[in-house]
Amino acid sequence: MNTVAQVKPRTESSTPAYDVYGVRERFPILEEEVYGKELVYLDNAASSQKPLEVIETLRKYYFHQHANVHRGVHALSERATEAYENARARVQQFLNARNAREIIFVRGTTEGLNLVATSYGRQCSRAGGEILVSEMEHHSNIVPWQLLAEQTGLRVRKIPMDDRGEIQMDAYRNLLNENTLIVAITYVANSLGTVNPVREMTALAHAAGAVVVVDAAQAAPHVTLDVQDLKCDFLALSGHKMYGPTGIGVLYGREELLEAMPPYQGGGEMIKRVTFEGSEYAEIPHKFEAGTPNIADAAGLGAAIQFINKVGLSNIARHEAELLDHTHRRAAEVGDFEVYGTADDKAGVFAFGMENVHAHDIGTIVDREGVAIRVGHHCAMPVMQYFGISASARISFAAYNTIDEVDRAFDALGKVRELFKL
Amino acid sequence: MMDDLRALYQEVIIDHSRQPRNFGKLENANRFAEGVNPLCGDELTLECLLDSQDIIQDIRFLGHGCAISLASASIMTDMLKGMSKTDAEQLFDQFHRSVTGKELDENADIGKLEVLTGVKEFPTRVKCATLAWHTAMSALNDSGSTVTTE
Repeated sequence: MNTVAQVKPRTESSTPAYDVYGVRERFPILEEEVYGKELVYLDNAASSQKPLEVIETLRKYYFHQHANVHRGVHALSERATEAYENARARVQQFLNARNAREIIFVRGTTEGLNLVATSYGRQCSRAGGEILVSEMEHHSNIVPWQLLAEQTGLRVRKIPMDDRGEIQMDAYRNLLNENTLIVAITYVANSLGTVNPVREMTALAHAAGAVVVVDAAQAAPHVTLDVQDLKCDFLALSGHKMYGPTGIGVLYGREELLEAMPPYQGGGEMIKRVTFEGSEYAEIPHKFEAGTPNIADAAGLGAAIQFINKVGLSNIARHEAELLDHTHRRAAEVGDFEVYGTADDKAGVFAFGMENVHAHDIGTIVDREGVAIRVGHHCAMPVMQYFGISASARISFAAYNTIDEVDRAFDALGKVRELFKL
Repeated sequence: MMDDLRALYQEVIIDHSRQPRNFGKLENANRFAEGVNPLCGDELTLECLLDSQDIIQDIRFLGHGCAISLASASIMTDMLKGMSKTDAEQLFDQFHRSVTGKELDENADIGKLEVLTGVKEFPTRVKCATLAWHTAMSALNDSGSTVTTE
């Protein structure tokens, strides 16, 4: 690989070859065998695997740095606090947030969205108020709003999508009105791969006086996130979908909004002073981080961001786009795939069905060939309802996947055809 | 590996899943239940006509699911027709044992259900094979209820 890269003439248009095998070496789990076959891991939209950088950071933390944060006067507490707050600074840079105070550590996207729905949602609710939620949302960006609606009388309205899995922008414009309080949209749809025009949708929402909540769980490992450019009000992501640990995620919130919002949970860490007459809350972000936080996994998320920066998110995105193109080509050659999600702008996901074969049977058969894909409703039942199916199969990519792996997936899908005599 | 798969996806199973027997509504049913597998979204409605002697006079189902769950419902309804409630319960017990890799009772015979026992090599799919049965048991004992695999 290196020699090839060296002899290649440098021209304006040529980009350095993407060293996917160098990337793979960072992921020990990719050497696993399943059923005696080399693992082909294509379920990255559910959760990505972890590079050595992240695994070593967790090890180092528990070997050398662990104590509780923000309160000890001793050396280890200082180390733990530094590891935790450094991770916050990394996230701030990753999202290009103005201030580290706008970065709240949560368990994951789900908790981040619930925090906004509970704390901001209750605060802003008023009679006749509406929340717009797109049809292609993950359940975690639907159910918290439904809960809020039940508790406050707000109304949840659906922003429809079209056959390609794109937002119907005209319908969205028509839905926006002076009663719209919140617009909740995913940046990249987990079940379809659609990249939504979040910047444009945010501008429209702001013009109507609504705040915008972005689910960036699926976008974070594929698309450069810049909250100042998007101008969104809230954005949530999960560490485990972007090469980081499970159990850690981030909620970004605009400082003015976070300052004005009531706490989400009460407890230690989030207070300045407690008396039985009442309590004074801590400054943001700590106001929203009640209890001892997930220090180790926050540090792990920081390491995952370092890993992404080292490889380069735009390099990863370009590589994944090649994998996706190859996948669409292979599928078109075979011919009898039903493809769900054919938006112009897609990232990392190929969702499909095969005639007369249920997605679960596809999943079981390719699994025995060593190929891990996701089958089911992908926590996006309204998307399944839109396409009139109960389940779909999904191939999803990460930085370490190869063209060869895509071909192995299609070989495995050939076995489905063989067993079902298609 | 293909051997396990071939044992699971036998022709009989694929045939039943494509042309399920006893598929549709049962107009004169007096027992029914719904079964759902929230993990995959499979849904099944089962209706049956149980006479005063607790004999299953007729039984039909509706729904969608994978090849294993449809074939299981199809074969089950074929077998349960004409059977007493007690015999049906005993058959389910033996079937459940066979798909979870447990020993059957002496002299037990699960008949046509044998084709589904390949599922024991696929622990994540056992629920697909038993959903119809759990729903049937529910219809016979607690009509009108909804069972879930979770």
